[in-house]
Amino acid sequence: MQAPVHHIVGLTSIVRERLLPISGTVLVRLNQKVNTSDVIAEANWAREHVLLDIARILGVSSSLADRLIKCKVDDRLAASTEIAVGKGLFPRSVSTPREGRVVVVGGGQVLMEVGESKLELRAGISGTVVEIIPNRGAVIQTAGALVQGVWGNGRIDSGLLVNLAEKPDSVLTAERLDVSMRGFVILAGIVKDAETLKAAADLPVRGLILSSLYPSLIPQAREMRYPILLTDGFGPLPMNSAAYKLLSTNIKRDVTVNAEANDRYSGSRPEVIIPLPVSTDLPALHEMEKLAPGLQVRMRRPPAIGMIGSIIAIKPGLTTLLSGLRAHAAEIKLENGETIVAPLVNLEVVG
Amino acid sequence: MTTSLVDGNSILAVDVGAANTRAVMFDVVEGEYRFVASGTAPSTAEAPFKDVSEGVRNAIANLQAVLGKSLLDASRDLITPSQPNGSGVDALVVTISAGPTIRAVLVGLLKDVSLESARRLTESTYARIVETIGLNDRRKPEQQIDGILRARPDLIVITGGTDGGASRSVKKLLEPIGLASFILPEEKVPAVLFAGNEKIAEEIKTLVGSFASALHVSPNVRPSLETEDLEPAQRELARMVVNIRKRQIKGVDLLDMWSGGHILPTAYATGRMVRFLAKVYGAEKGILSVDLGASAAVISAGFKNKFTLNVYPQFGSGENLVGLLNYTTLEDILRWSSLDISEGVLRDYLHQKSLYPSTIAATKEDLVMSQAVSRQALYLAMQSARRDFPRKVSSIKPTLTPLFDPILAGGGALSDASRPGQSLLLLLDSLQPVGVTTVILDQNNLLPLLGATAAQNSILPVQVIDSGAFLSVGTVVVPVVSANYGTPILRAALTYENGAEARVDLKYGSIETLPLSSGETGKLTVQLMHGADIGFGPGRVPKDGISVSGGALGVVFDGRGRPLNLPTDAVRRRELIKKWTWTLGGE
Repeated sequence: MQAPVHHIVGLTSIVRERLLPISGTVLVRLNQKVNTSDVIAEANWAREHVLLDIARILGVSSSLADRLIKCKVDDRLAASTEIAVGKGLFPRSVSTPREGRVVVVGGGQVLMEVGESKLELRAGISGTVVEIIPNRGAVIQTAGALVQGVWGNGRIDSGLLVNLAEKPDSVLTAERLDVSMRGFVILAGIVKDAETLKAAADLPVRGLILSSLYPSLIPQAREMRYPILLTDGFGPLPMNSAAYKLLSTNIKRDVTVNAEANDRYSGSRPEVIIPLPVSTDLPALHEMEKLAPGLQVRMRRPPAIGMIGSIIAIKPGLTTLLSGLRAHAAEIKLENGETIVAPLVNLEVVG
Repeated sequence: MTTSLVDGNSILAVDVGAANTRAVMFDVVEGEYRFVASGTAPSTAEAPFKDVSEGVRNAIANLQAVLGKSLLDASRDLITPSQPNGSGVDALVVTISAGPTIRAVLVGLLKDVSLESARRLTESTYARIVETIGLNDRRKPEQQIDGILRARPDLIVITGGTDGGASRSVKKLLEPIGLASFILPEEKVPAVLFAGNEKIAEEIKTLVGSFASALHVSPNVRPSLETEDLEPAQRELARMVVNIRKRQIKGVDLLDMWSGGHILPTAYATGRMVRFLAKVYGAEKGILSVDLGASAAVISAGFKNKFTLNVYPQFGSGENLVGLLNYTTLEDILRWSSLDISEGVLRDYLHQKSLYPSTIAATKEDLVMSQAVSRQALYLAMQSARRDFPRKVSSIKPTLTPLFDPILAGGGALSDASRPGQSLLLLLDSLQPVGVTTVILDQNNLLPLLGATAAQNSILPVQVIDSGAFLSVGTVVVPVVSANYGTPILRAALTYENGAEARVDLKYGSIETLPLSSGETGKLTVQLMHGADIGFGPGRVPKDGISVSGGALGVVFDGRGRPLNLPTDAVRRRELIKKWTWTLGGE
């Protein structure tokens, strides 16, 4: 059976597509070197619209109103710009209530976009632009260490990594966060309270890499302006040993925390990238791998949730689990020496 | 000698679910269609594959291994029709429930009339209503436009106006829809279904056709104020959903081509089968089908003159699992647990499981939580679906579940039970049936596939159902009575075909069983106490007894009362749940 691969690798080639959610302007060129915080594309988008019913305001037919309208699609107009004048001795006129762009004219009406704001797409990783996606963004390639997470709060930033997790199941509290942490990405374990998230925001930090978060804190985590990435999940889960080992041995390196949300359909996942200098071409990573003896796997459900082990054997036929369910299963030796039987669908390959 | 009524075409049926893809072979065995075998593989709609055809090929490959014959050629394309060397298959039908929940905007005139019909129509597929625009909407047109843009709809359902009735107000409502669609990027323009006043359908085509990504027009769901007819619009909506999936997910177009257009949303195919069963086998009681899968909970009910189909993505056991807490509390879920589990542990479980929807319960505690969640999800789905049941249906009390026979149950969450007794208790708790009914488990999830084959071959579904491809759990007898715990409420004697007899005394608050094997029938003589009602009136039973059919659990008597009120004392409640589970052969 094929299983998904959860990437925790010390050195690999990383290729990431960075796209605007709407059409815009791409600001980088092919082969350009970019840094994490560089803006690579931008777009304007309007939060609101204003519909001006010219025909009704002027008291004329739609077709006559169309002839009286002085603006056209794509015109950018200041507030109080006159856009239609009626007929007669004392003609009425219609002016724009707000600054905006005309998007539709017709049927005696004018629709304007107002409250426009600029959307900036940052590179997210430092690397080289290897492909331009016209009007949408670019593909960036880099080399380095990669640690995928399971949940992110939608933010992205980068900074030097400091370690506040003495062990994989350390609990991060507000008291541990002092001014010396300002501007750093913090590697920590479990967060159990909102005060800790707020203390990190007050510094502010450039990111939190956590093993787990209490689910009741998800709304607050989403509101934080710095990235929060979970390596293992929700509740009191320690960090899996592979992620902890890799991250804790890269302290004081520049890391990018891309805490984008999991999207099953696009495949985007939260991740930590640590760019490293390399001179040779690195093989691309596999997204799926066939489960076989010797492979390193991570448990996605109890028993031993989050733990890493290696497959000793794939059991023939169906196996009755502790729950009583029958499923294809494997015998796994965990890193603590214990041997367990787990259903294949609960495993993901680590590598 | 059996005479074959069929032309012998083999049919491969494939269901592309959110978690798993199943390939099922139906073929003629001894002159009649049979379910032959199935193969399963993980679905591949999501990354890294992003192509459903990969999972379908894998499922067919697994089926090939079981059958010992080739269905795919060297380039992994389907061999069709059957070849002289035995390879291949004559026809393919496909059902699909995989894919993100479809975001729907409803447009209609009156809240309780056309908008209510639009709601019922939209709830018959894998959609979530994200915005509603009606006559009573007090927002300015530009606010409605912004509302639509924020909602990012895949689908707009327009209803309103009886045939020959209101037309100007319907057209007026279309203005914000047209403007919003006009300014959306081409790839995000929603498909539009018009199911309103037929007299203005042509005008709608002119008005809406220019801006919609696809405009479908169906007969009016409300031809008159008193009449609602959802069926033609549901058929149209099913086609639209497949087209939306083609836009969203790679590989659906290939399946459409392989199947010659015989591809349906899974829930619609299930509904088609329930409608068919209600017509063929329906009596006074309704026929109920429930399916609890990763993508949605689906409740389909067929009555004498009415059919309902409700799809609830919010109650699915997959990635939407955490969203269940928008409709219920942790406490309400935990009332179904036989183990002492804290709310915090359950909350962690819900979030963790929604990260990995395709994983299964490997420990006892995980299974108990999984089943408690499934119970509550199905309970909520049933409560919601009941709103749409017709008013005049056979029932013991209007506030209780109507009388159904049979109840068919399937879906991944129900197969997440190690024994039939666990599944039955889950169904009794969540659906709370009353009276006398047979319960049938669709362990291979065949019902939607049979619904999909019905258009190709009308004999196949009948013969497969009669062939015993479903697991009969048995006959359930549920008296409605008000009594104290431990009070005798029913005494029954079961006379077997060989003349032997077995007796049971049922006390309020307990569950009892009498053995009756699958395929066997028996005659049940019942004596009711305290005015208990099993569907024939308080204290009344047929003089010549009740014919019952057997199953994995025989005849099951559920004396826990309706509605089911579990003890508030947690320790006692857990003990009782363990006892009931044990009685039904669970652990």
